[in-house]
Amino acid sequence: MTDHITCDAIVVGAGPAGASAALALARAGRSVIMVERGQFPGAKNVYGGVVYGRVLDDMVPGWWEEVPVERWVVRRSTVMMTPTQSVSVDFRTQAWGEAPYNGMTTLRCHFDAWLAEKATGAGARLLTSTTATGLVRDASGRVTGVRTDRDGAELHAPVVIACDGVNSFLAKEAGLLPRAEASHHTLGVKEVHHLPPSVIEERFGLASDEGVDMEILGCTRAIPGGGFLYTNTDSISVGVVVSLPQLAASGVRPEALISDLTAHPTIAPLLRGSTLREYSAHLIPEGGYDTMPPLAADGLLIAGDAAAMTLAAGLWLEGVNFAIGSGWAAGQAADRALVAGDTSARGLASYRADLESNFVLTDHKRLRKAPSLVLSDRVQQRYPGLICDLAEGMFTVTNPTPKAGGLSMTRRAAAKHGVKLHQLAADTLRGLRIFG
Amino acid sequence: MSATEPRRWQGISFDERMATVDFRVGQRAHITVDADVCRSCTTKACVSACPANLFAPTADGGILFNYEQCFECGTCYMVCNSEGALTWTYPDGGFGVVFHNG
Repeated sequence: MTDHITCDAIVVGAGPAGASAALALARAGRSVIMVERGQFPGAKNVYGGVVYGRVLDDMVPGWWEEVPVERWVVRRSTVMMTPTQSVSVDFRTQAWGEAPYNGMTTLRCHFDAWLAEKATGAGARLLTSTTATGLVRDASGRVTGVRTDRDGAELHAPVVIACDGVNSFLAKEAGLLPRAEASHHTLGVKEVHHLPPSVIEERFGLASDEGVDMEILGCTRAIPGGGFLYTNTDSISVGVVVSLPQLAASGVRPEALISDLTAHPTIAPLLRGSTLREYSAHLIPEGGYDTMPPLAADGLLIAGDAAAMTLAAGLWLEGVNFAIGSGWAAGQAADRALVAGDTSARGLASYRADLESNFVLTDHKRLRKAPSLVLSDRVQQRYPGLICDLAEGMFTVTNPTPKAGGLSMTRRAAAKHGVKLHQLAADTLRGLRIFG
Repeated sequence: MSATEPRRWQGISFDERMATVDFRVGQRAHITVDADVCRSCTTKACVSACPANLFAPTADGGILFNYEQCFECGTCYMVCNSEGALTWTYPDGGFGVVFHNG
C-alpha cells in the first residue's frame, strides 16, 4: 500500500506564486509541501520578461543583492510600427540602475529556482518531477489534498493552494476556472538569441549590468497583440503575444510573426549576427479583472496564472509580481485559516480581501477596461500607422512647398487610416479614463 | 554555444527552431487525439495555431498528432471546437519540455 503524507498545507506549482505561498506558510511555522512537475522550478515556465521587484521588499529584504538578475532595466522603449516605419518613445533613467531598482530581466529557470529556495530555506519541502494529477475531496466536496503520479501517493492537508499555472487543471476540477475559454488567453511565442554582452551594450547604449525593455505595437499583422524585446546578459529575448482565438482564426503560424518582427528594419540591426538559443511558447491569462475566477473553495485557494492574475494593460505588462503578490497573500490567508481552524471557503475569504486592499486587485480593478481598449481595432490596426505617417509628414521636408500645419497633417493621416477625429478624441479620453 | 544553435539568426527553419528546445520524452502520450472526431471538424484550428506544429491533417480528413515535442502550452485544446477530440493531461512528473531560457 502506498503511504500517504499529511501536512498543514500543499502548494501545487513551484513558480513565483507557489514559492511565495510556501514561503509565507513556512515562515509561519507550517509544514508545507510544494509539488512541482518540472525537473526544477521554472522548467515549464516562459515569460517576456521583466520581473518588477518592489513586491519582494518585505518578503526578502535586500533581495537585489542575491537575485539571479540578467540586467537591470534602465531603458523602457514603446515602439509603434508599420512594416516600413517606426516611432519610438524611449525613456531612460539611471535611478532604475541602482538599489532598490525597478525591474530586471531574468530567466525563469534561475529566478523561479531562487525564489523556491527561499521557501525551502524557511522549511518548506519541495517535490520536483511530481505531477499533481487531481484533487482529493471528502464526501462534502471539500478539498482535502491532491493525488500525485509519484507511485500514486496522495498528499493530504486542510488547505491546498493551486499555483499550477495558466492551464490549472486543479482550478478547473474544482469548478473555479472554465474548461477552455480561448478568448481569455493570449499566446506568447519567444526566441532567445545569443550575442556577446559587449555587443548588446554597444547596440543598446548600456553599461555592463544595464538592460532595455521594448514593447512594440503594430507588428502582429491583422491579429490583435504586440511584440517585445528584452536584453539579457548575453542574449536577447524577442517575440510576440497575440490573441488566441484570432490567431487561430487567421491561420497564421505563430513563428511567422516572430520572423516578421526580427526582419523589421528597426529590429533586425539589433539582432544581426546572433544565434538562436531557444524557441518557446506559453499561454497567458489576459482577461483581467472581469474574467477572474472565484479565488477560493472549501479547502482550496488559487493564485498566480491559475487565478488569471497577469496584468496585461497595454502600458503595464506585469505577471510575475502579481503571481508573487497573490501567492504571498494566499499563504498568509491559509495560515490565518489554520490558526482559526476553519479552512472552508468562508474561512479562507481573507485572501480576496487582502488582494482587494493591496496592489494586486486594486490595479486589476482600476485597469479592468484596458485590455479591450489595447486590443481594439483602432489601437491595433490604425493608430500605429497613423502615428508613423504623422511623424513622417512632420519630419519630411517638402521645400519648396511650405510646411503643412499640424492639424491638417493629423486630419490627412487620420483620413488615410480610416479614423475620424472625433474617434481619436474619444479614444484619447477613454485612455485617460482608464490609465489616468 | 550549444551544438544545436543555428548559425543563422534570420530565415531559421521550423526544424532548426525546434532543435533548440530540450525535451525529455516520456513513455506515455500525454495528449491523445480522436481522429474520428477531427474528421467532422471544418476549422482544424490546432493545425496552424500549435506553436510546435504538432498537428498534421491527413488525406482522409483526420489529424495526425505527435506528443513528443510538445510545449505543454494548452493552445490546442483552447482553440479546439470539437468536444472530445483532444484528451489533454500534463506529462508524467519530470518529463516533457525543459525550458532553459524561459
